[in-house]
Amino acid sequence: MNDTGIGWGRHPRLPPARQVVLRDRNAALPQTSTTLLPHGLGRSYGDSCQNGDGTLLLTRGLDRFIHFDREAGVLACEAGVSLDEILRLVVPHGWFLPAVPGTRFVTVGGAIANDVHGKNHHRAGSFGRHVRRFELLRSDGRRLVCSPEENTGLFEATIGGLGLTGLMTWAEIRLAPIPGPWMQVEHVRFAGLDEFFALSEASANSHEHSVAWIDCLARGNKAGRGIFSRANFVADSRPARQLAPPRLAVPFTPPVPMIGGLGARFFNGAWYRRPLRRPRRQPYAPFLFPLDGIAEWNRLYGPRGFLQHQCVIPPESERDAVQELLHAVASAGSGSFLAVLKRFGDLPSPGLLSFARPGTTLALDFPNRGDATLSLLDRLDGVVAAAGGAVYPAKDARMSGRHFRQFFPRWPAFDQLRDPAFSSSFWRRVMTGSGRMQ
Amino acid sequence: MKKILVIGATSAIAESCARLWAQRGDALYLLGRDKARLRAIADDLRARGAAEVAMATLDVRDRPSHVSAIEQARTAMAGVDIALLAHGTLPDPGECDRDLATAMDAFDTNGTGTIALMHRLAALLELQGSGHLAVIGSVAGDRGRASNAIYGAAKAAVETYASALRQRLGRRGIQVLTIKPGFVDTPMTARFRKSALWASPSRVAASIVRAIDRDRAVIYVPWFWRPVMAIIRALPEFVFRRMKF
Ligand SMILES: Cc1cc2nc3c(=O)[nH]c(=O)nc-3n(C[C@H](O)[C@H](O)[C@H](O)COP(=O)(O)OP(=O)(O)OC[C@H]3O[C@@H](n4cnc5c(N)ncnc54)[C@H](O)[C@@H]3O)c2cc1C
Ligand SMILES: NC(=O)c1ccc[n+]([C@@H]2O[C@H](COP(=O)([O-])OP(=O)(O)OC[C@H]3O[C@@H](n4cnc5c(N)ncnc54)[C@H](OP(=O)(O)O)[C@@H]3O)[C@@H](O)[C@H]2O)c1
Repeated sequence: MNDTGIGWGRHPRLPPARQVVLRDRNAALPQTSTTLLPHGLGRSYGDSCQNGDGTLLLTRGLDRFIHFDREAGVLACEAGVSLDEILRLVVPHGWFLPAVPGTRFVTVGGAIANDVHGKNHHRAGSFGRHVRRFELLRSDGRRLVCSPEENTGLFEATIGGLGLTGLMTWAEIRLAPIPGPWMQVEHVRFAGLDEFFALSEASANSHEHSVAWIDCLARGNKAGRGIFSRANFVADSRPARQLAPPRLAVPFTPPVPMIGGLGARFFNGAWYRRPLRRPRRQPYAPFLFPLDGIAEWNRLYGPRGFLQHQCVIPPESERDAVQELLHAVASAGSGSFLAVLKRFGDLPSPGLLSFARPGTTLALDFPNRGDATLSLLDRLDGVVAAAGGAVYPAKDARMSGRHFRQFFPRWPAFDQLRDPAFSSSFWRRVMTGSGRMQ
Repeated sequence: MKKILVIGATSAIAESCARLWAQRGDALYLLGRDKARLRAIADDLRARGAAEVAMATLDVRDRPSHVSAIEQARTAMAGVDIALLAHGTLPDPGECDRDLATAMDAFDTNGTGTIALMHRLAALLELQGSGHLAVIGSVAGDRGRASNAIYGAAKAAVETYASALRQRLGRRGIQVLTIKPGFVDTPMTARFRKSALWASPSRVAASIVRAIDRDRAVIYVPWFWRPVMAIIRALPEFVFRRMKF
């Protein structure tokens, strides 16, 4: 099975008619009769990075740095450069990316197009806040430098714009200073959601980074239990090893899922009770990118792939809605142990369609069991919609068009700025009909 | 800090090598055909930490321009510690069989033009009394195959000349390295379907940089091509003639 051009969840698989490798940022877009969609490292789970029967513009060959100002902490690079490559370059000079997702194997273009957030969202906001400018190549051949000062409309539409406003060829990013590559990391067990919110509140000022793992299969009085992790970069004279490539890899797709199923409840219980280390110093990578140690772990879900569900619930309804979501998952008994809970801050993003917004975000993943999984996810969407929240397109393969338009009410303004030659399987799905993917 | 001249600097393999050298803080001089792409590569290498990067355009088929191009590089860097020749084209075999001009043009780029450059660089290094000359050949140079007759013949010529230079210059402490990659996933091979036998340019580059550091003479990358090609070379002609690949 060829996985290039497919999403990270490996479901659905919507092969493009054509894949064009881009290597020259000054080159024109390829001539084709089909629609175009940029595709970075394919770390979006569902169909937002796929263009079934269309053309994918593979951006990984646009991997050149353009300028790194070591004094001011500003980096310009081509849009296919990965965050991994950036960190290798800038960390030894005392800089870090101001926001990073849970994996460093994403491109700059992908990070902007989904306006990704990290464990420091409550302090730094989303990635798009730190983008100074970028060049957008439109299908009419125009190259537009977009920033908060010029081409503002396209700047705002492209941040979180799902690759639909044209091809970003390069971007300039503001970096954040760090005292070094070490973090002081602390884990705290919590017995329920109230404790989670109290810990989030208490850590908001003291800790730059925080995230919680939650036992999404615990029921009754155990519901909402989990482990809260928080960390800060700290000065430490010991040299930290450069980022190691993944030590382990999943070499092939096992015929049946290896995650989820019967073992999941047991694993969750054991994970919750695991002995927690006392606060300690560790290099940043295992804390910020815990899954990057195992290459292609997504194969563990077997040939049918898996689905993610990540939502954000606004502060007014967060407590009750999260509880309701967890209840729905636990009674369906089909979550796995990668459930993550985090409180976002209220720093606004320039993006028209940005996902991250004030409130609480819950991310869950589910082995694909067909209709049972899909109807559970529809139920979760219902809870999110009723609570005034939103579901994250980067993780989605099936939300209804009606829900998408409710979650992202500025879509009509966005649609005006979209490039007419660009489209994705996701966009066609949420703009037509109300139902699930065909 | 090494002073490194890269010819065919827009090649994917050469660019990967240059990144490794830039990270080490070496100085680079890039020669290639496409100015805008050379400039983008030069900026990248500076950001990665290269001590200095300069560039100029050169079409290797334009033999009269070799002298000044190499001389300018030498002057700009005040010497050349390593010269890497990485340009190349993989012409369409059917086209080469039909049209002599196409065939000879490809032979010029991959063969004659390369030998001419090596000729110049050998003189430069000899005069300097030190340095490395590294040239990218190919496993295709090991035995002529119907599917890339001209390319294979040109690579064989280059490799034979490299071997001769190694004898001549070795005595003066100048290293000549022949690099023989197998299948590498680069723009040159974009039209082929890839399999597990294919290597990435960054992997090939790491081998090249290491081989130069260690004064190696001939490397196959990845290494398994050495035994594979030994077998292919050993096949009797009546067997080889009937093979299709
Ligand atoms: C293990 C894991 C953990 C994750 N954790 C987080 C997290 O904590 N927070 C978070 O926000 N996300 C997270 N994600 C999601 C991931 O950060 C996003 O999906 C990201 O956009 C992926 O980037 P990519 O380079 O793989 O892009 P792709 O998935 O290939 O593409 C993503 C989008 O970007 C567009 N795009 C890509 N390049 C360009 C370009 N040059 N110009 C215009 N558009 C472009 C594509 O068209 C597509 O719409 C996680 C994903 C994984 C697998
Ligand atoms: N890829 C493989 O499988 C493979 C296998 C064995 C050996 N090799 C050898 O490896 C070397 C590097 O190739 P690659 O794989 O990295 O391919 P590549 O990226 O296509 O690089 C080839 C380079 O040669 C340049 N070039 C072609 N004709 C030229 C000319 N007349 N004057 C100046 N430059 C010229 C091209 O420049 P433009 O960009 O301007 O065209 C291009 O930069 C070549 O010698 C090739 O034969 C490759």
